Amino acid sequence: MKKDIILAGVGGQGILSIATIIGEAATKADIQLKQAEVHGMSQRGGDVQSNLRLSTEEIYSDLIPKGKADLIIAMEPMEALRYVPYLAPNGVIVTSSHPFVNIPNYPDEQKLMDELDGMKNVVRLDIETIAKEEKMPKGANVILLGMAASYIEILSADELREAVKRVFASKGEAVVESNLKAFDLGLANK
Amino acid sequence: MEKRLLLGDEAIALGALHAGLSGVYAYPGTPSTEITEFIQNSPLAKERGIRSRWCTNEKTAMEAALGMSYAGKRALVCMKHVGMNVCADAFVNSAVTGVNGGLIVLAADDPSMHSSQNEQDSRFYGKFAMIPIFEPSNQQEAYDMVADAFQLSESLKLPVLLRVVTRLAHSRAAVKVGEPSSQNAFNPDEGKHWVLLPAIARRQYASLISKQPDLLQAAESSKYMRKNISRNRLGVIACGIGYNYVMEAGMKDISVLKVSQYPLPVDAVKQLASESDEILVVEDGQPFVEEQVKGILSADYPVSGRLTGRLPRTGELNPDNVAAGLCGKPDGAEEELANSPINVVGRPPALCQGCGHRDVYAALKQVVGEYEGARVFGDIGCYTLGALPPFQAINSCVDMGASITMAKGAADAGVFPAIAVIGDSTFTHSGMTGLLDAVNDNANITIIISDNLTTAMTGGQDSAGTNKFEQICLGLGVDPEHVKVVVPLPKNMEEITQTLRDEINYKGVSVIIPRRECIQTHARKLRQQKKEAQK
Repeated sequence: MKKDIILAGVGGQGILSIATIIGEAATKADIQLKQAEVHGMSQRGGDVQSNLRLSTEEIYSDLIPKGKADLIIAMEPMEALRYVPYLAPNGVIVTSSHPFVNIPNYPDEQKLMDELDGMKNVVRLDIETIAKEEKMPKGANVILLGMAASYIEILSADELREAVKRVFASKGEAVVESNLKAFDLGLANK
Repeated sequence: MEKRLLLGDEAIALGALHAGLSGVYAYPGTPSTEITEFIQNSPLAKERGIRSRWCTNEKTAMEAALGMSYAGKRALVCMKHVGMNVCADAFVNSAVTGVNGGLIVLAADDPSMHSSQNEQDSRFYGKFAMIPIFEPSNQQEAYDMVADAFQLSESLKLPVLLRVVTRLAHSRAAVKVGEPSSQNAFNPDEGKHWVLLPAIARRQYASLISKQPDLLQAAESSKYMRKNISRNRLGVIACGIGYNYVMEAGMKDISVLKVSQYPLPVDAVKQLASESDEILVVEDGQPFVEEQVKGILSADYPVSGRLTGRLPRTGELNPDNVAAGLCGKPDGAEEELANSPINVVGRPPALCQGCGHRDVYAALKQVVGEYEGARVFGDIGCYTLGALPPFQAINSCVDMGASITMAKGAADAGVFPAIAVIGDSTFTHSGMTGLLDAVNDNANITIIISDNLTTAMTGGQDSAGTNKFEQICLGLGVDPEHVKVVVPLPKNMEEITQTLRDEINYKGVSVIIPRRECIQTHARKLRQQKKEAQK
């Protein structure tokens, strides 16, 4: 069994934290993993992505071939669309529907949403607004992970939830509780 | 055996610590930075007192590491590929002096130029210096190879080049790690071979040549080489991470020779050629192996790769272009176009909102507009982003320190005003000597040292000259009347623009230092303070 996941967003949105949590869960479950990250110049407000490969067999390439990704998890709708060429025919997109507009030529939002909704399997939610309403401004990425949890399959939602606890344990109980709440919110909204 | 989830860079760092490293010497550069940072943050390194502070540039790093090796200890030098150009003098000659304690030079290449200005392949440097080269294909090999490279370095008495690329440096996987071994004893070398006077250098160079068969033998018998060779039409030489993409394609009926150590194992290549009708070379970077294979085999033996266009000549390898190359098909660019999403545009990186460089460029743009013929020579760092909209404020960016020297040369040729923009860390890396040239020639240039108190581009490492810039400029002979410090904030725009005008109009070398801390490192410090206060 394998699961190839593309994590996408804009620098600073916390996609590497999502990768860390999934990585922690995979390591605990003794599932093989490769995770290619973007560091350096590309982080400064530019598009950021991470290729996360999980498998019960040996993984060779650090990068996912085109058309082979099982899942795109995106913090931003245009960034979700950017990696569609990598998505497998039955792949799933789980994305925030909240545009992050930091460029002058950002596409027409309606057209963008229409194109996104035209894809085969799309789950989208305005996680930014939920995070604000629930007064957890930094929790948007973990809400997104909760949303995606049931599509990761090779790891169960419980295993991911336990990984959230371990990853945030060093930051104190309040931070753990807040992130668990965020995770559960996402899970409920899948 | 313990398993740890590590970046390729971190695997190298831990491998070095576990192999008895005594010091790491480096200047930050993507994608190599995390190696030194890992050692700086390692409890084992703290406990052992491993030397790990950032160096001023790659040359000072290389030379200090050679000094540590001279004293018998194991040392590691880390840099991005273009850093090899900076330390080349010391690097090439360290092969002539030879080493005492094991010495590894780590070069992290950046094919596709994710964060670089070229995609030079460091393996050429290793061959040029005639030393062994290791090239891991995964994180586990990266960890394991460090100990082997130190051992080979000490047995051959030569430095060893360890070459990685971005996709290994910045990719994470589980690595089985061992127990730390002890450091070498303090044992300064007594030999005269460290004195490269011509008479001694000739002997040393002859000795380096005489070691070459041993280097080749080590590569032919490398435990990282894998031969899956039988009678097949296609034989593939897969180097470093190229091997992963070949295996990912999962093709049957091909022979694969995995090469992980150089000099190129000639016998293994000949064996592959004798069992195959043609050879495809899969290597990330430049056609280093492909060119050599053509020289090893007869002229009519078909060899293909990046030179022949079977694989792309530029950019990094990936599972798609390698799979296409294996099948001898184009990489499906047309098909890709048809499947591309429509409502997607590029999202280039930008200077952070609130960054002091922004205020510098806002002022510069205004003043430069007042002078016809003005040219702004940029340099390497976050502020290179000033080339992009909305500022489009610089006319050049070439290599570390070139802003000052290019401005000087252009001024020599008559450009006025000739303005250099350089960051604090880049200035101490390679700008100081250029400033001395400019002072000695009384060049008519205006230098802006945009000081944000850190090496920001690579994530906020300590900058070698912090709190020393005025003294450095005065010490190099800049007129004290023309060393000006301003605070780059929108409210100071009038003062900054006036200072710029005054100094442009001064006929000679002037230095303006806009100084305000990087907002990223500033925010990080505030978070840490808050955390400390909560404890």
